[in-house]
Amino acid sequence: MNEHAIIAENLSKRYRIGRRIENHRSTASGLQKLLSPFAYLASTLREPEAEEILWALKDVTFSVRRGEAIGVIGRNGAGKSTLLKILSRITEPTSGRAVINGRVGSLLEVGTGFHPELTGRENIYLSGAILGMKRAEIDRKFDEIVAFAETERFLDTPVKRYSSGMYVRLAFAVAAHLEPEILLVDEVLAVGDAAFQKKCLGKMGDVATAGRTVLFVSHNMVAVQNLCSRAIWLDNGQIIEQGETHQVVAKYLSLGSQALSEQIWPDKETAPGNDRVRIHRLAVRPENGCPGDPISMDTPIVVEVEYWNLLPDEIIHSCLHFYTEQQVVAFTSAPIDSHPEVAQNAKQVGLYKEVCCIPGNLLNSGVHRVLLLMIRNTSKIVYRMEDSLTFEVLDLGDRAGAWYGKEPGFVRPILNWQVQRIE
Amino acid sequence: MKPSTIAKDRILEISPPNIVIEQSRGWASLGLRDVWEYRELLGYLVWREIQGAYRQTALGVTWLFLRPIVNMLLLSFVFGTMVRVPSDDVPYPLFSLAALLPWGFFSNGVLRASRSLVDNMHVISKVYFPRMIIPVAGAASGLYDLAASLVILIIAMLIYRTPLRVEILWLPIFLIVALGFSLAVGLWLATLSVKYRDVSFAVTFLLQALMYMSPVIYPVSIVPQAIRFIYQLNPMTGVIQGFRWSLFGSGQPPEITFLLSIGLMILALVSGAYIFRRTERTVVDIL
Repeated sequence: MNEHAIIAENLSKRYRIGRRIENHRSTASGLQKLLSPFAYLASTLREPEAEEILWALKDVTFSVRRGEAIGVIGRNGAGKSTLLKILSRITEPTSGRAVINGRVGSLLEVGTGFHPELTGRENIYLSGAILGMKRAEIDRKFDEIVAFAETERFLDTPVKRYSSGMYVRLAFAVAAHLEPEILLVDEVLAVGDAAFQKKCLGKMGDVATAGRTVLFVSHNMVAVQNLCSRAIWLDNGQIIEQGETHQVVAKYLSLGSQALSEQIWPDKETAPGNDRVRIHRLAVRPENGCPGDPISMDTPIVVEVEYWNLLPDEIIHSCLHFYTEQQVVAFTSAPIDSHPEVAQNAKQVGLYKEVCCIPGNLLNSGVHRVLLLMIRNTSKIVYRMEDSLTFEVLDLGDRAGAWYGKEPGFVRPILNWQVQRIE
Repeated sequence: MKPSTIAKDRILEISPPNIVIEQSRGWASLGLRDVWEYRELLGYLVWREIQGAYRQTALGVTWLFLRPIVNMLLLSFVFGTMVRVPSDDVPYPLFSLAALLPWGFFSNGVLRASRSLVDNMHVISKVYFPRMIIPVAGAASGLYDLAASLVILIIAMLIYRTPLRVEILWLPIFLIVALGFSLAVGLWLATLSVKYRDVSFAVTFLLQALMYMSPVIYPVSIVPQAIRFIYQLNPMTGVIQGFRWSLFGSGQPPEITFLLSIGLMILALVSGAYIFRRTERTVVDIL
């Protein structure tokens, strides 16, 4: 009997990204465009040029033993989803091959194939069939699915009237009862309420312990560490590291989020900015560490901004906007908040440094992006830098009663509660 | 546990389904066995197409009946009463209904099949199943329109007291040709629609043109002899002609050119299936 459930050899996937479109504003180019309506047709027929090619996956080789649970980690765009798509036969690799021994169930999304106008009961059958279940199989598990989803009362209601929580519960329940020999899971767990997420992870744990093979793609280090014995770290479509989960995760955490933790422009002439102000250095780091060191939820964070002020007698200061992954501003901060005199004292020509300290136990876990604004006379934006810094706040799951999912909200402070018996 | 069951379990364990994933080259097989494996899903998709479309409509499935009735009345009024198009001595409402039945089946099938891939993108990009099922389900959902039109035709024939003829047994043959042709056109258009969204604009236009090139509103007898041969290469010509002939004995039974048009239809169907298979492997990357 073959002991490997998945064998991947040199899997590669090439994507064709659009050619970079130059910013034509002139009428001439507009006319040109009008006169060549078949430009798109021509572009789809010729061979892609080198700059249009993106290797989403390059020479990925690994194997998964039967009954093993393996985690795939990596940043966004590292190739994790492409790998899942190839293994679940949604798309073909450009080269290389994979052999899969066993019935595959892939969960890339919760609620695949649900039709909003159909009832819960109808959608169980529809979605089950799309996921590859036979009618008899669905019949047999129907009651179990309904009980797991806790939606008995709404079975004959169109799912478009469901609350989002109910919808997700029902959808996951169908998928959870697929019982494949090999389960491929994307981060479907980032949905639903806390209690339900626990239930989902429990179900996945059951699958893993029942001797079936699980390949789990996630950002959630806690879940990966708890569910998987081995892990693969992908970056830029290539395997950086594979091995025992805690080793791979530790390496990933120490190196993985270096991306934009520091930027330095040594030359005053070419540094980003304008004739008023130019940026010299930007950095984000844990209070007692260097840029690139892991930042967990309880770590105080330091953001440093160094800039050249190029004009005399300027009232100028920086201002930081912290964005969450959902591209929502979590909060903004500027030196005048704590030092009002900055708003009155004019700066002379020179290199200035402004440091912002974010206390630990404030930000929720997740990737944060920093927008830098340079402000003149406390109100006028003289320079704006979109992706100045990014950093990830990690949930190491070391809080009491921690669970695998991400708590909602921008902030995750530890507040002072009082608990007492009053009767 | 009985010994026989143990043995069976072991066999299953020894030979699990072995899937090899790699880039397919050249003209791979059509994978029809895979489609057969997923036949239940095909049923669900056809059912969803109709069920989903008519939920929360005031008239519901009545729409399926309303369309052919209104079409028949309009055609009868405009072409039967006003323009006085000859109808081979068959009452014009019956004459048009006999054409609208296969035509509606064909055109709805083409319409649904051609946009099926783009419409089901969210499913295709998240789960694997033989993609061929999607346009097939689209074309097959024309069966609902067919069933509704058939009811109307029977009522109309009762009203006009049309005698039943033995030739009516030919009808399934003509329907199969219509289904095959709608699937052929649907497969080609669905494949093209993946890369070129122009298809969604072209398809209504194409169907309209094809309707005028098929004897839906007029009899084949008024088509000039000079272009008759080319005209009859359109499978729908033979199908509609055959419907009228087998139902009312009007006009000519389909001639030898009908067989030729069937040959062309099969050619389009097979080539459509192959071209679809070639595209389906990477459809997710393009859409």
